[in-house]
Amino acid sequence: MLTLAHFLSLGAILFCLSVAGIFLNRKNVIILLMCIELMLLAVNMNFVAFSRFLGNMDGQIFVFFILTVAAAEAAIGLAILVVLFRNRGTINVAELDELQG
Amino acid sequence: MPITEIVFYAFSLVLIAAAVAVITVRNPIYSALFLVLAFFSSAAIWLLLEAEFLAIVLILVYVGAVMVLFLFVVMMLDINLAPMKEGFIRYLPVGIVVAVIMAAELLVVIWSKGRFDQHAFPLPPPHPAGYSNTKAVGELLFTNYLLAFEAAGVILLVAIIAAITLTHRKRAGVKRQNPSMQVRVQKDERMRLVKMESEPRQGN
Repeated sequence: MLTLAHFLSLGAILFCLSVAGIFLNRKNVIILLMCIELMLLAVNMNFVAFSRFLGNMDGQIFVFFILTVAAAEAAIGLAILVVLFRNRGTINVAELDELQG
Repeated sequence: MPITEIVFYAFSLVLIAAAVAVITVRNPIYSALFLVLAFFSSAAIWLLLEAEFLAIVLILVYVGAVMVLFLFVVMMLDINLAPMKEGFIRYLPVGIVVAVIMAAELLVVIWSKGRFDQHAFPLPPPHPAGYSNTKAVGELLFTNYLLAFEAAGVILLVAIIAAITLTHRKRAGVKRQNPSMQVRVQKDERMRLVKMESEPRQGN
C-alpha cells in the first residue's frame, strides 16, 4: 500500500543526493546548476504528493509557479555563465575570485 | 503487489539511479542527459499522483526547453574537464556523510510515529472518469491565483530581457539599423529641392 511517507521519502532521498552533488562538484558551475534543478524537483515531488493525499489542488498551483521561476532562473544563470566564460575563459569556481579584493 | 506499487518502485529506482549518475559522471553532457531521465521518471510518478497537467508540463518545459538550453550551453562552452573533477575524491567522504546523515534524519522524521501513514493521510478515492486535472488547475489559476499568474508572466519577461541583454554583444564592422536615427531623420537630410528653368516644348 503506497502511503504519503513513500513519496516524501523519495523526495527526501532526491534532495540529499543533490546536496551531495553540490559538495562533490564544487568546481563545475554547470553541474551545480543541475543540482539546484534536482533539488527543486525533490521539493515539487513533496508538493504534488501532499496535494494528492490532502485532496487540495493548491499544491499543484504552487508547483506550477516553482517551475516558472526555476525556468527563469536557469535561463539567467546560463546567460551569466556564458558571459563569464567569454570574459574569463573558464567556469572553474576556484578561479573566479575577482571580487576577493 | 498492485500495479501502482510496481510502477512507483520501478520509476523511483530509475529516478534515484539517474540522480546519482547526474552528480557522479565526468562529462557534463552525460549529466544533462541523466537529468532528462530523472525528469521523465518523476513525471511518471506525478502521473501516478494524478497530477497529469504538471507531469506533461514537466516534460514539455523542463525536458523540452530548460534541459535543451543546458545542453546548448554545455556544448557551446569549450570546457577543460580535467581540473573540474580534481576535488571530487577529496570531498567524496564529507559529501557522503552529509547526505547520509541528512537522509537518515529526514527518513526518521517521515517514518516514525506513523506521521504520514495511511491512518494519518488516507488516500482519497481516485477521480471519476470524466475528471480533467488541467481544467481544475486552470480554474484555480485564473480565479484565486490570477495576480500570481500575471506576476509569473512578468518574471518570465524579465528573464527573457535579462538573458538577451547579458549575452548580446556588439560586433565591429557589422551594418545594422539604428531605429532612433531613423525616427529622428529630417526632411532636408533625405530630399533636395532644385530650382530650374522649365524646358521649352520639343518638336513643333
